[in-house]
Amino acid sequence: MATVSGGTLYRGGEGMWTWVVHRIAGVAVFFFLLVHVLDTALVRVSPQLYDEVIASYKTPIVNLLEVGLVGAVLFHALNGIRVILVDFWSKGPRLQRQMTWVIAAIWVVLMVPGTYFMLKHTVEAMFGSAS
Amino acid sequence: MSTTAQPGPVNIPAPRSPQRSSQRSNFELYSWLFMRVSGIVLVFLVLGHLLIMNVLDGGVQRINFAFVAGRWSSPFWQVWDLLMLWLAMLHGTNGMRTIINDYAERDQTRFWLKMVLYIAAVFTIVLGTLVIFTFDPNIG
Repeated sequence: MATVSGGTLYRGGEGMWTWVVHRIAGVAVFFFLLVHVLDTALVRVSPQLYDEVIASYKTPIVNLLEVGLVGAVLFHALNGIRVILVDFWSKGPRLQRQMTWVIAAIWVVLMVPGTYFMLKHTVEAMFGSAS
Repeated sequence: MSTTAQPGPVNIPAPRSPQRSSQRSNFELYSWLFMRVSGIVLVFLVLGHLLIMNVLDGGVQRINFAFVAGRWSSPFWQVWDLLMLWLAMLHGTNGMRTIINDYAERDQTRFWLKMVLYIAAVFTIVLGTLVIFTFDPNIG
């Protein structure tokens, strides 16, 4: 059981939470992948139908979901590299906690410009271009 | 220390005895290794794909049938997408298999969830492969 005397709850360390997020991100990306193969398969049906369905990817809400997808994939990729380093690098297990904060920093550094470019068109279309 | 079997109430074979290893499959070892090898390849394939499709040069706004036709006129992107499809589907399916094994406690539930997973995976891999190989830019 999670409770001991005093009612304290195990809140986990960095390793447990990266494991949880790794799983959730992996499952989310897997289900998107199934949908994405189906929507791409429409190129074998008709160019018009494909363009219509792809147009939904360009709407503001789905555009925002794409940022979430890229964020999930990027975290899963970075944490996967960390897991590989823990498994195969002699210093990996000792530095796993520091590596968690390194991948978190890399994630933020890549997501900030990434989010800017991914949402640029949507923001300009909704609120008007600055130029 | 003696390595011969000790008389006792329970007969447990010594670790690494030939009989034990011959009875066990190495499937989970290869599955573990596959996740790491395919993962490293997918870091480049998938992040490259996302960078080109979602971030660079207007991102998703410029994607349409003509854009796909232009890319798949090159064998390089055909191979890229085919490799990405197969590795991502096998990597994802194996991850889902692990999660089902972890959380579905009843044997029947576990069995049927994995059957649904494997059918969906085979369908998606076959469909995606056919789309890449039979793509016709002059359709419609």
